[in-house]
Amino acid sequence: MDIMYFAWVRERIGLPKETVETQAATVSDLVAELVAREDRYAAAFADITALRVALDQELSDFDAPLAGVREVAFFPPMTGG
Amino acid sequence: MIVRVQENLFDAGAELNSFAKNQPSVGAIVTFTGLVRDVAGGLQGMEIEHYPGMTAKAIEAIAADAQNRWSLADVLVIHRYGTLHATDPIMMVATASKHRADAFAAADFLMDYLKSRAPFWKKETTGDGASWVAAKDDDEEALNRWS
Repeated sequence: MDIMYFAWVRERIGLPKETVETQAATVSDLVAELVAREDRYAAAFADITALRVALDQELSDFDAPLAGVREVAFFPPMTGG
Repeated sequence: MIVRVQENLFDAGAELNSFAKNQPSVGAIVTFTGLVRDVAGGLQGMEIEHYPGMTAKAIEAIAADAQNRWSLADVLVIHRYGTLHATDPIMMVATASKHRADAFAAADFLMDYLKSRAPFWKKETTGDGASWVAAKDDDEEALNRWS
């Protein structure tokens, strides 16, 4: 599964994209796996209420299942316009 | 519907004229142009990051929603990314309709949704350093107007 990070999430984790092998059932489970890896992930995901997630390029939420998902993206609330 | 996500500068006047051409049943066009505002401390640059795979799709979905809600002959959205400077145009919305009420409402709706639902992030660099522009609670609340 590809994971993408944008804006300050990308800066805290230190990379824009990575591919991971995971059995995580939901987005929250995936976040827990990442947080357990290294401090930089813990720093990026310290407050998930400050984050948004997209699954296969559609906005979703942290309870959503990951079955069949190929691309997960984490980012702060968007500031377009 | 015309949606363009681009790094290049655009000319809002030329875009309006081109959009207005060949629209015989249109009595009203509303346009909005967003500009980079200077800030205290002096803006040295604004970096706009986006999510290339998602951006155009997300904007097209918002524009399609506007077309379902109001009677529109056409919709134009241009949004830039990359490095911008004070007074540069960031983005533009144009809506064409038979009458002005639909064109105004749809442009207002598009702006509210582009602000909080299109995957762009702004980072401002001033003499004090660089910082990400935080989303405002007001922007999220503005979406409730349309539910």
